[in-house]
Amino acid sequence: MRGLAVFISDIRNCKSKEAEIKRINKELANIRSKFKGDKALDGYSKKKYVCKLLFIFLLGHDIDFGHMEAVNLLSSNKYTEKQIGYLFISVLVNSNSELIRLINNAIKNDLSSRNPTFMCLALHCIANVGSREMAEAFAGEIPRILVAGDTMDSVKQSAALCLLRLYKTSPDLVLMGEWTSRVVHLLNDQHMGVVTAAISLITCLSQKNPDEFKTCVSLAVSRLSRIVSSASTDLQDYTYYFVPAPWLSCKLLRLLQCYPPPEDGAVKGRLVECLETILNKAQEPPKSKKVQHSNAKNAILFEAISLIIHYDSEPNLLVRACNQLGQFLQHRETNLRYLALESMCTLASSEFSHEAVKTHIETVINALKTERDVSVRQRAADLLYAMCDRSNAKQIVAEMLSYLETADYSIREEMVLKVAILAEKYAVDYSWYVDTILNLIRIAGDYVSEEVWYRVIQIVINRDDVQGYAAKTVFEALQAPACHENMVKVGGYILGEFGNLIAGDPRSSPLVQFNLLHSKFHLCSVPTRALLLSAYIKFINLFPETKSTIQEVLRSDSQIRNSDVELQQRAVEYLKLSSIASTDVLATVLEEMPPFPERESSILAKLKKKKGPGAVSVNELEEGKREGGELNGGGERGGDSSAIASTPSPSADLLGLRAGPPVTAAAPSAGSLLVDVFSEAGVNDDGFLRFVCKNNGVLFENQLLQIGIKSEYRQNLGRMYLFYGNKTSVQFVTFTTTVTCPGDTLVLEPLIEGGAQVQQVINIECLTDFSDAPLLNIKFRYGGALQNLTLKLPVTINKFFQPTEMASHDFFQRWKQLSLPQQEAQKIFKANHAMDTEVLKAKLLGLGMALLENVDPNPENFVCAGVIQTKAQQVGSLLRLEPNAQAQMYRLTVRSSKDTVSKRLCELLAEQF
Amino acid sequence: MIKAILIFNNHGKPRLSKFYEHYTEDTEQQIIRETFHLVSKRDENVCNFLEGGLLIGGSENKLIYRHYATLYFVFCVDSSESELGILDLIQVFVETLDKCFENVCELDLIFHMDKVHNILAEMVMGGMVLETNMSEIITQAEAHNKMEKSEAGIAGAPARAVSAVKNMNLPEMPKNINIGDISIKVPNLPSFK
Repeated sequence: MRGLAVFISDIRNCKSKEAEIKRINKELANIRSKFKGDKALDGYSKKKYVCKLLFIFLLGHDIDFGHMEAVNLLSSNKYTEKQIGYLFISVLVNSNSELIRLINNAIKNDLSSRNPTFMCLALHCIANVGSREMAEAFAGEIPRILVAGDTMDSVKQSAALCLLRLYKTSPDLVLMGEWTSRVVHLLNDQHMGVVTAAISLITCLSQKNPDEFKTCVSLAVSRLSRIVSSASTDLQDYTYYFVPAPWLSCKLLRLLQCYPPPEDGAVKGRLVECLETILNKAQEPPKSKKVQHSNAKNAILFEAISLIIHYDSEPNLLVRACNQLGQFLQHRETNLRYLALESMCTLASSEFSHEAVKTHIETVINALKTERDVSVRQRAADLLYAMCDRSNAKQIVAEMLSYLETADYSIREEMVLKVAILAEKYAVDYSWYVDTILNLIRIAGDYVSEEVWYRVIQIVINRDDVQGYAAKTVFEALQAPACHENMVKVGGYILGEFGNLIAGDPRSSPLVQFNLLHSKFHLCSVPTRALLLSAYIKFINLFPETKSTIQEVLRSDSQIRNSDVELQQRAVEYLKLSSIASTDVLATVLEEMPPFPERESSILAKLKKKKGPGAVSVNELEEGKREGGELNGGGERGGDSSAIASTPSPSADLLGLRAGPPVTAAAPSAGSLLVDVFSEAGVNDDGFLRFVCKNNGVLFENQLLQIGIKSEYRQNLGRMYLFYGNKTSVQFVTFTTTVTCPGDTLVLEPLIEGGAQVQQVINIECLTDFSDAPLLNIKFRYGGALQNLTLKLPVTINKFFQPTEMASHDFFQRWKQLSLPQQEAQKIFKANHAMDTEVLKAKLLGLGMALLENVDPNPENFVCAGVIQTKAQQVGSLLRLEPNAQAQMYRLTVRSSKDTVSKRLCELLAEQF
Repeated sequence: MIKAILIFNNHGKPRLSKFYEHYTEDTEQQIIRETFHLVSKRDENVCNFLEGGLLIGGSENKLIYRHYATLYFVFCVDSSESELGILDLIQVFVETLDKCFENVCELDLIFHMDKVHNILAEMVMGGMVLETNMSEIITQAEAHNKMEKSEAGIAGAPARAVSAVKNMNLPEMPKNINIGDISIKVPNLPSFK
């Protein structure tokens, strides 16, 4: 086509972009006039013009005409014209429905033409466009072509992929029918091309309808075994550089990954044999020095390893796979190192091979340091993250931190998140955690997102054993002449809360602290300045001696007349507050922040979002939570764990479960480490709080599992029945539950009842009063993935109440007796539910105390009395609830002979009304 | 699934683009530019895989590429494809082009875009691999060439039209004739014992 060649040469000779556009516009005008002209164009010219249009399109110019001509071409009887018409339509897909209708007509003709070339062209077009209209028109026809006995192989191949495309775009239109079983049998087809095409279709269909296509497993295994055991010359043209049918082998191994290991012993044996052969071949000397040979061989090997990891049931194969990958880690081919790191990442989550993967830690760290290719370094970082556990966390985090200093910009943010997560998840002592995060801010401050620094503050606030250390560390970090704004934020917040803990040292006296913070003030952005202003007012409360200095700062024009409304308002309000409020009021208003409630980390969620679904498994999230929860409670993991199989266990064994060592009294409320003010309320807590005033109900429910609870209490003893309901149709394997109790306060004895329904009984004995709920950890495997779940068991101190009736006189006498300030706990809170008297009464009764009538002079108020029975002692408690319907508020006052009990009851009840 | 197949030269000039998912023309051009930017800054002898650009789905997708002389061949694939398998596929594609064009070079791709598309269509369809057997692909491509030539003959010389029409189906016939009974596929028989 000379015209085309001339045009292309013209374009290539254009000296400037403008000249090129000019030439293209000229050509477009020419083609347009030719298409519109009266003179009928012959096939050759039409083809020439369409080719020109394709070329123009490839250069990035929109083509908005020529579709009609293309439809004319593809309706022609000549191959040349038809082919170019279809090509145009598949490259320049247009969703104009009028046009699609015309195209559909032509396709229909070609499909019924019995000319294989035309049929293939038509099928290609459907597969390329894949629109809804096409699916509607052809979804019924194509399966017929695919399984018809007289269809030629090349057409079958196209039909299989065409059907796959339609199934992907409009699964509702592709109806399963009798053809499905015949499609599965295409795996047995003699023509390897047909198998190649069909296997993509079967894989996709099996993923969506595993049961209907189950028979493909044995067929795939036998096909695979025939290929693997064939000599390299047997498959003729499908042998690629001495490797028999590598592409098809990979696809067969992928298909098998849609299913669990075959149940049929013979099939499984054959498959294991195949996998072993593949692993053996890797050790044989290569049949060719060409890179293509080793490529093809290793493509199969990596798929085989993926399958082994997917099955996760053959320790022998897993170890071999791990060793093989270990060899590849040091291979001179970069591609193989990359893939080995990637595969090892999945291997690290298998319990059989986690330890084996860990032995390669030095190699992986070395890869992170020395690989020239950022893709490979990133895989190494991923693998370090995956293989991290408590034993190597310090080493890995240190390596990642040092890598961060030189890391590529593209992966810094992700690295920061990973370091933050690992540091939190595996923190044994929190000073290490604080150091790590502050280092993180120092090294890569720009990449530390809000989630990360929010988190470190939450953790410091919730753990008073680390507060002093944190204050000291940030104070030192702020000494640096240039420090990152995120550091100033963390520093401002922490010194504002806990600066008093280091104020004793003259080197960090209140004024020194203030001056240090204020020296950074002018370099910071508005939000940070606002935070610092709040820190200053907190200083006034903590250190009255700084009051005049700070007031002066607040009074300065640059604050009180700041053009930013927020800053100005803060300056004005804080100044006023500090000058008119009494010390007491100031102390109340500026009290230390209360601990944050337990929430799930949003850093993980962020990493998940960043990496896309699938990158961080739900497992990991759950695991993070569990690890944290465990740490927090301060208690060790409970002594024994009891196993519940999803099938009834033959011996209902009685396992004693003792709680871990007691928590130090100073520890803040348990399980409050993994807190996050910014994420939504943790579901588990909600479930837990619902049970304060009732004993039966559903504790937890997700797509897989439902847990119901029934419980009864008498004196200081209780019994709890947990009912586990499997909501799926698949068995849960290795279902284990562990109950841990923080502190030596409760004795929990889980028993397992055999029987059809899986039910667990827990006997409870209350030794002394407590505020931390026991934790129930549940682990099981569902479809190969480990599920891990930690719930708070709704055992609360009020469950051991014994109601006490008494007259008004007695009540007030006792009320007065409990007059020590620490014996009383009071809370004023907003009503969460309607203030219905009957509902309130029912709730108070559910609490377990006696509801006393005619005691309080105000009939609107409720008073209750009860005695908490523990093994160690009895704790008498009195309660008064004063609703204020107008303000929709309550005042709740609890007095009891033990201060911790008052406090805990008050906390529990405040959430109920 | 293969999301896109891109060929561009060392300067980022696109020589072939085939998308198996729908994007607007604008996005397609941006994807080509982004991909070129990602791939071209990499050294030789580093690995052939990297995470996809943001436009084409970020880390969900991988770019698998090979650099031959002046051309980059880039396949953008999702996680269901074997990386090494795709590398082999690129090799098959290039070797096929080489056989069809007798020592393929960049100019062949520029001036015979339609042919390149046809060859690719014999290998990949709707993002899935149709055929990996090089000789099968070449046979098909040659059959199409012959058909083209015979039709050109009709247009150019009406006098020979009659005889040409008789022969017209011949190039595709050998395959048909062979397969009078479809279950007999002579070349492949020995493989199935």
